[in-house]
Amino acid sequence: MRRFFALLLVMGVAWLMVLAVAEMPTYGQPNPTHNAVMERYLTRGPEETGAVNVVAGILADYRAYDTLIETTVLFAAVAAALLALGEGRHRGGAT
Amino acid sequence: MREPLRFDDLILKEVGGLLVPFLQMFGVYVIFHGHLSPGGGFSGGTVAGISMILFSLVFGLGPGLRKVSHDATRIMESSGTLWYGLVGLVGVLRGASFLMNRGAGIPLGTPGRLFSGGLILLITVGVGIKVASAIISLYYLIVED
Repeated sequence: MRRFFALLLVMGVAWLMVLAVAEMPTYGQPNPTHNAVMERYLTRGPEETGAVNVVAGILADYRAYDTLIETTVLFAAVAAALLALGEGRHRGGAT
Repeated sequence: MREPLRFDDLILKEVGGLLVPFLQMFGVYVIFHGHLSPGGGFSGGTVAGISMILFSLVFGLGPGLRKVSHDATRIMESSGTLWYGLVGLVGVLRGASFLMNRGAGIPLGTPGRLFSGGLILLITVGVGIKVASAIISLYYLIVED
């Protein structure tokens, strides 16, 4: 019985997701949701960020928060790996 | 100290010793030209970190640890992320929002020059230091059984 309800729940969530996808505009259409941000970055990126490399301009200026948290995630991953696998040894802790 | 991973070979030593400075130079180049050419903090930091992995593989872990010690990687690890946050605070101090570049009135310079783009170069350097030390410390962690 639990399995039946679980299956029902999964199918319901999947149905919601399919509905959401069906509502999305067709890819590549002249649609502002797809193209406005891209056009702004490509045409005005060097002028607004000062970076000729548009990718760097997006990463470090327009989307600087994203890169900051990305760096923090990397820091957390390395800190967790050091903590779990070997850091105690250098501090004289239990091996 | 036990040497866990080391290949004792004359050709490897010669070629490795020749390659390491160029690898480091290329890593620093990719980091500093992140806003001008393909690359940036993540890729340049990886190249710079990999040069130390090559050094440790060829000459042994002991000499590698003498070049870049555990404490050095730990300090670089933390200061890279911290530096990013501090650079973001420049915008706040100038009366704009966090991590703002042109909106905070920072001079951008001529696009295409090395010192242009305002805070982008500083951010990229921080990320590069962070990634390089992450690569090195993970290698030490795996190799030092």
